[in-house]
Amino acid sequence: MKTLRRFFTRLFNSTARRAQEERLREEIAEHIALQTAENLRAGLPPIEARRQAMLKFGGVEAMKEDYRAERGMLLIENLVRDIRFALRMLRKSPGFTAVAVATLALGIGANAVVFGILNALILRPLNVPQAESLYGIERGNDKAVNHSYPDYLDLRDRNRSFEDLAAYNVTSVGLDTGNNPSAAWILETTGNYFDALGIHPYLGRFFHAADEHGPNSAPYIVLTYAYWHSHFQDDRGVVGRVVQLNKHPFTILGVAPLEFRGTLLIVFPDFWVPLVNQEQVEGMNVLDARGNRGLLMVLGHLKAGVTPAQAVADLNSIGSYLEKTYPKDDGQMTFSLARPGLAGDWLGDPMRAFLTGLMLLAGLILLAACANLGSLFAARAADRSREVALRLALGSSRMRILRQLFTEAVLISLIGGAIGLWGSVELLRALSVWQPLPTAPLQVPVNPDANVYAAALLLSLASGLLFGAVPVRQVLRTDPYQVMKSGSTRTVGRRITVRDLLLVVQIAICAVLVTSSLVAVRGLARSLHTSFGFEPHNALLVETALSMAGYSGDTAPAMQKRMIEALETIPGVKTVGLVDRLPLYYGANGTHVFTDKTSDLQPSNAAAETVIYNISPEYFDAAQTTLLAGRPLSWHDDKTAPPVAVVNREFASKIFGSATNALGGYFKRRDGTRIQVVGIVEDGKYGSLAEDPQAAMFLPFLQSPAGQMCLVVRSNGDSPQLAAAIKSAVTQLDAGLPFSIRTWNQELESALFPSRMATLSLGVLGAMGAMLSITGIFGMAAYSVSKRLRELGIRMALGAQPREVLHAALGRAVKLLAFGSAAGLLLGILASRVLASIVYQATPRDPLVLTGVVLAMSLLGLLATWIPAQRALSIDPMILLREE
Amino acid sequence: MKQKTDVLQGTLALMVLKTLDVLGPLHGYGIARRIEQISGDLLAVNQGTLYPVLLKLEQEGAIESAWGASENNRRARFYSLTREGRKHLQVETQDWQQTAAIIGRFFEVKPEDLS
Repeated sequence: MKTLRRFFTRLFNSTARRAQEERLREEIAEHIALQTAENLRAGLPPIEARRQAMLKFGGVEAMKEDYRAERGMLLIENLVRDIRFALRMLRKSPGFTAVAVATLALGIGANAVVFGILNALILRPLNVPQAESLYGIERGNDKAVNHSYPDYLDLRDRNRSFEDLAAYNVTSVGLDTGNNPSAAWILETTGNYFDALGIHPYLGRFFHAADEHGPNSAPYIVLTYAYWHSHFQDDRGVVGRVVQLNKHPFTILGVAPLEFRGTLLIVFPDFWVPLVNQEQVEGMNVLDARGNRGLLMVLGHLKAGVTPAQAVADLNSIGSYLEKTYPKDDGQMTFSLARPGLAGDWLGDPMRAFLTGLMLLAGLILLAACANLGSLFAARAADRSREVALRLALGSSRMRILRQLFTEAVLISLIGGAIGLWGSVELLRALSVWQPLPTAPLQVPVNPDANVYAAALLLSLASGLLFGAVPVRQVLRTDPYQVMKSGSTRTVGRRITVRDLLLVVQIAICAVLVTSSLVAVRGLARSLHTSFGFEPHNALLVETALSMAGYSGDTAPAMQKRMIEALETIPGVKTVGLVDRLPLYYGANGTHVFTDKTSDLQPSNAAAETVIYNISPEYFDAAQTTLLAGRPLSWHDDKTAPPVAVVNREFASKIFGSATNALGGYFKRRDGTRIQVVGIVEDGKYGSLAEDPQAAMFLPFLQSPAGQMCLVVRSNGDSPQLAAAIKSAVTQLDAGLPFSIRTWNQELESALFPSRMATLSLGVLGAMGAMLSITGIFGMAAYSVSKRLRELGIRMALGAQPREVLHAALGRAVKLLAFGSAAGLLLGILASRVLASIVYQATPRDPLVLTGVVLAMSLLGLLATWIPAQRALSIDPMILLREE
Repeated sequence: MKQKTDVLQGTLALMVLKTLDVLGPLHGYGIARRIEQISGDLLAVNQGTLYPVLLKLEQEGAIESAWGASENNRRARFYSLTREGRKHLQVETQDWQQTAAIIGRFFEVKPEDLS
C-alpha cells in the first residue's frame, strides 16, 4: 500500500520536477542562512560563519542527487537525462557519430540479412498446419529423398506411425488454355496430398485419394493462387473449366490459398496435378517400376504421440520386408526422417552449411565493427578524462558515469541497428520476389518476420554493451586529483593497450574476410575457364518436351529427327545435336552399370554408377565434345541394330581399366542388356562444377528414346536472327509445341548460380571487412597523430626529417596492421578449406590469392593512414608551440 | 558508503518523527538543530542528508509540510506529524525498544550464562 502510494507520488513528482527543485533550493538557502545567523551569534566573523554553515550542511550536489532519488523515478529520469546528454554529445561530434552509426548499420544489417535468410530457409517450418510434426522420408546412408511409386505405396499402407503419407514430383508441362501454349512448372502429387497436409481450398475443391482409379484416371488441376492471379486474372469462373495439358483435357478443380505454395521452400509451382496421370504429364509412366525412384519426396504428419525414433523403427521394419521381397530393386532400405522444406538433407545440408558459414562471417563483421567502435570509444573516453574527473570531483559516482557512457554506446548501436535493419528488410523483400533463374520456378521466400526484428534488436543491444564496455576500466581507474593536476596530456604509452589489441583483432578479422572473398572470386574465375566437356559459346539451345504436344512412343523420335533436319537447313547453323538432358542441368540421370561377367545384377554388385545421356549422332559435334577414340554414334544405331554406347574416359577406366580395353568391350545394364562400347570421349562436368570426374555414357536416342529433349544448335554466332529463324522453323513443324530458346551461356547461369551467390556474398562481406579495417586503422592513426601533435612539433623543431616524423607518428599503426594482417591471412587460409566444398576450385594455396591479400591489406593500410600522415607532415612547429 | 546511509536514514527517520512528536511543527533547520543537540555528532556534519529523509517521510504520508515564517521572518517550510505518522511512530518505537532490548541482552551475555 505504502509502496504503491510512494510510486504514484514519485510518478507525479517526475512531472512536477521544476517546482520541487525550486522548493529544495529555497529550503537549503534558508537552512544555511539560519545556521549562518547562529554562527554569527556565536561570534564568528561573517565569512567564516557562512563557510562553517556550508561545511556543516555537507555536499549539496550529492545531497540533491539523493533527494532526487527519493523524489522521483530515478532510473527513468536519469535515463532520460542520460539520453539527452548523449544526444548532445553526439551532435557535438557529427563525424564520430556518422562513422559509428554507419559502421554499426553495416554490421547489423549484414547480420540481419544473413539471419533473415537462415531464418526463412532453415529455421522457419513449411507453411502448413502443424508443421512441427511434418517429416520427409530419407532412404539409405546417403539420405536420398527420392523413392519409387511402388515403394511409396508400401510405405504408405504398411506404416503405423504417420497419419498419412503423400508424395510429389516436380516437372514441367505445356498448358494450353485456348491461346498461346506455354510451359508451366507443376507438382505432380498423390491424390491424398492436400488432405495429408491439411490444406483447404481457397476456391472450388482439391482432388482426393478417392479420385484416383489407376493411370490417367484423374485429369484434374489445382491452381496456385499466384498462377490463378497472373494467368486467369482472378476469374472465379475458372472452376470446372477444361484446359489442354500436353494436349490432354484436364479440368481445373480449384485454387489453393495464397499462403500455400507447395512443399519445397524454394520452388514455386504453377499448379498441382495428380501423379496417377503421370503418363499424360511426362509422356511415360513409372508407377509400376519399383526400381525407378522418380518421386522427389515422400512426406507426412506423424501421428500424435509417435516420436520420430519410433517412426524410423517402424519404417525400417517395412524396409527390411521390402529388401527381402524385392531384392532386385530394393537395395539398402533403411530410413531416416528430415524436414521436408528443402528436400531433406539433399538441399538442406549444403544450404545449412553455407548459411551457417555465412552467419559466422557476418558475426565476425559485427565483432570487427564492435572492436572498431570500442577503440573509438576508448579514445573518446581518454579525451574526456577531464570531464570525467570533474564529474567525479563534484561527487558523481563512477557507476553513474559508466551508465552515462553505456547510454551513449547503446544509443549509437540502436540508431545504427535501426538503419541496418531498415536496409536489410528492404533487401530481403527484394530477394523474396527475385527469380534468380529465368528457366526455373526458383524463388527464395525470405520475407523478414518478428524473429529477424528481434535478432536485430538483440544484436544492437549486445554490440552496444560490448563496445561500450571497452572504456570501463579506463573510467574506473581515473584519479580526479591526478587528472586535474596534470591535465589530460598523458603520454601515448609504449605498452600494449586494450586499444591496440582491439585493432589487431579487428584487422585479423578483416583479413580473414578479404582472404576468403579473394579465394572465392579466384575459384569462380577458374571454374569459368575450366573444361566442361562441351563448348557453351556460340551455341543455342532449343528446349522442349515432345510429350507436351502429345508425341509418344514411335512418333517422338521421328518428330525429333524432322526437327534436327529442319534446323540444319537454316543458314549459319553448322550442326544440330539432340540430348535428353543437358549436362550441368539440375543434376543428371544416374544408373548402375555392371561388368560383362557379372550375372547377379543387384545394385551392390554394380561396377560403377554412371550418368546417362540419350543423344543424337551429331550431339558431340554440336557440343564440341572431343572424341578420343572409336567412332561417334550414327543414324544406323537404331532399334534393329545391336545396342551400343559411347562412354567417357572415366567410365572406360572404371569398368575396363583403360581406354584401349574399353573400345569394343561390353558392359551390362540393370535389365541385363549387353552394350558394346564403340567410342570414347573426354571427361566433362555433369552434375555440378565442383564434382570429381564422373563416369558417363551416351546412348543413341533411337535405341533409348528421350521424352524431354534439348537441341544444341552450333552456329557461327549472330544469335538474335538465328533465334528468330529457329523459332519460325519449329513453329512450322508443330504450332502446338511449347519450347524455349536460349544460349548455352545463359543456361550455364543455373549451374554457376550457387558459386556465383557464394562469391557475391563473400565479396560483399570482404568489402565490408575492408571498409571496417580502413575506418579502424584511420581512427587509430588519426587519434595517435592528434594526441602527439605537440611532441611531433618539437621533434620537427629539433630537425627531424619527414621520414622520422612519419615513423614516430604512424609506426605503431603500421606495425599493428602488419601483425593483424598476418594473423588474419593464416586464419583465412585455414577457413578457406570450408569454401572448397561450395566454390569450385577454391584453394587458398594460390600465389595470386596470397599476394592479393597482402596487396589489399597494404593498400588498405596506405589508404587509411594517408590523411593522418599528411596531417603529421604538415605540422608547423612554430604555430603549434606558440599555441600551447 | 551506501549501507551506512541506509542505516543512518532509518534511524534518522525515527528521530525526525520523535522530534516532531515532542516539539510540534518545525522547519528543516530546527529539526537538524534538535537532533544535533540530542544525538551529539550524528548530524554535526552532513546536515543536508536530512532533506531526502524528510521527503521520504512526506511521501509515505508520515509527515506533512506547509510554508510558514521562520525566526528571522523569512519563508520556511514547516514539517508536522500526521495521524498516520503518529501511529507509525508508536509501532516503530515499540519495535525499536524490543530490538534494543534483545540486542542489549545479547551484549550482556557472558560465556558462563550459556553453558
